[in-house]
Amino acid sequence: MAGGEIVRFQRVGMRYGLGAEVLHDISFRLQAGSFHFLTGPSGAGKSSLLRLMFLAHRPSRGLISLFGREIATVPRREFPALRRRIGVVFQDFRLIGHLSALENVALPLRVAGGREHQVHDHVAELLRWVELDEQIHVRPSILSGGQQQRIAIARAVIGRPQLLLADEPTGNVDDRIALRLMHLFEELNKIGTTIVIATHNESLMERFPYPVMRLKNGELLDGGDS
Amino acid sequence: MTLDIPLAGDAAARFLPWLIGFMVYLAALGLALALLVVSAGERWRTTAAGTATVQIAPVNEGRDTRDERAKQALEILRATPGVASAQPVPERQVLALLRPWLGEDADATALPLPRVIDVTFQPANPPDTAALAARLGAVPGVSLDDHGAWLARLAGLAGTIEGIALAIVALIFIAMIATVVFTTRTSLAIHREVVEVLHLIGARDGYIARQFELQALAHGIKGGAGGLILAAATLIALSTTAMHIDAPLLPRLTLRPIEWAAVVCVPLFATAIAMIAARITVLRTLAREM
Repeated sequence: MAGGEIVRFQRVGMRYGLGAEVLHDISFRLQAGSFHFLTGPSGAGKSSLLRLMFLAHRPSRGLISLFGREIATVPRREFPALRRRIGVVFQDFRLIGHLSALENVALPLRVAGGREHQVHDHVAELLRWVELDEQIHVRPSILSGGQQQRIAIARAVIGRPQLLLADEPTGNVDDRIALRLMHLFEELNKIGTTIVIATHNESLMERFPYPVMRLKNGELLDGGDS
Repeated sequence: MTLDIPLAGDAAARFLPWLIGFMVYLAALGLALALLVVSAGERWRTTAAGTATVQIAPVNEGRDTRDERAKQALEILRATPGVASAQPVPERQVLALLRPWLGEDADATALPLPRVIDVTFQPANPPDTAALAARLGAVPGVSLDDHGAWLARLAGLAGTIEGIALAIVALIFIAMIATVVFTTRTSLAIHREVVEVLHLIGARDGYIARQFELQALAHGIKGGAGGLILAAATLIALSTTAMHIDAPLLPRLTLRPIEWAAVVCVPLFATAIAMIAARITVLRTLAREM
């Protein structure tokens, strides 16, 4: 990884199917251990950019490198190992409805083959941290939006990812919980996790003065380490 | 165990245990039929092989020479190496065989019936039947029937029935594979989002395929057990009914322990096939994705 570079985009374009390009000529670099906000108006391409970063979509052109590996040359069988180094908080949470809070948060550890008792202890501790220890066996459908969001965040960070991508992670929580979550992200950042948070929340960006990547009409106006 | 993908609630998959049950039932009966035919064929072969019948037909010589020619035939037979025994069939026994066709009141004694000799060959050292037939043929009106043609026709019939039964079993399994593939694809489409989440948190294709395999295992156990119980009940009922019929030519309709073991393997085989079909379907579908 040249100079601790963890993400590199070079003139990346992206389209869905045969549609028009939603991202054009995106180029940036993120250093390991950096913290970034990603912002822009609705439809600017924030979620699409995140999708490229968490390996849910292939670019239509350009080069993407993650953890020093050019994605186009990575065999498909190696994607799971790369994805385990990335934590994702989805805007719509994408919790699995028939699983309890504990089972949802435990998923990344289970798919990685974690031992059940360690998984349980670790997950219970994290759920206590996000103040959901009372709802450990509750299914997401009966939790509030904010509680679901905290479960989604717990699931994203449980595997101690090297890169954490969060799409509007504080969108459904009150200010107290939002601050608490931001402090969690900062703590993760301190231990070396690279953080990218997509948000519309200007006050959050003012309060936490990290570099901001601004997208508009699928183009990156500024930000990143490039 | 809770699966990460909520497959148990799928409408398409809910009928799968029933379908597997019906298919296991039909496959078990098909296999039992094939096994019964194989065993009947073997029994017929072992009963008829090693025996022959010599017939001394009446010839128009102006006088009845059947007994003299039978004596000559017996001498030839007893002098032939490999012939274990040659016993003339008493005339009353021949008449008894004809009675069902002629009726109780008919006077069969006036009929020019052939003399018949039952011949048994030594199993380890049977004679050359063609040469024996040629020697016997030198005596007028004497012919040897070694049951070869009859056995060949019987073996052909048994082979055909066996082949059809096994083809039906194979078709049932093919239909089952197609059903599992279809329901697995449907389930994959229904749970596309959950599958994507699992992928994005680092699940390998094999982990996701395992979920579908476990669901197929559960369906296979449920449906297979039901189908097997039903098939066993049918076979026992058939066997019980057949026991009351006194017909020597009717094949035995009771399965031996080894044949029961083969029938019991049908649901296990069906479950294994369902699991493999589900796994391959998932792996092939996921391989097309990122």
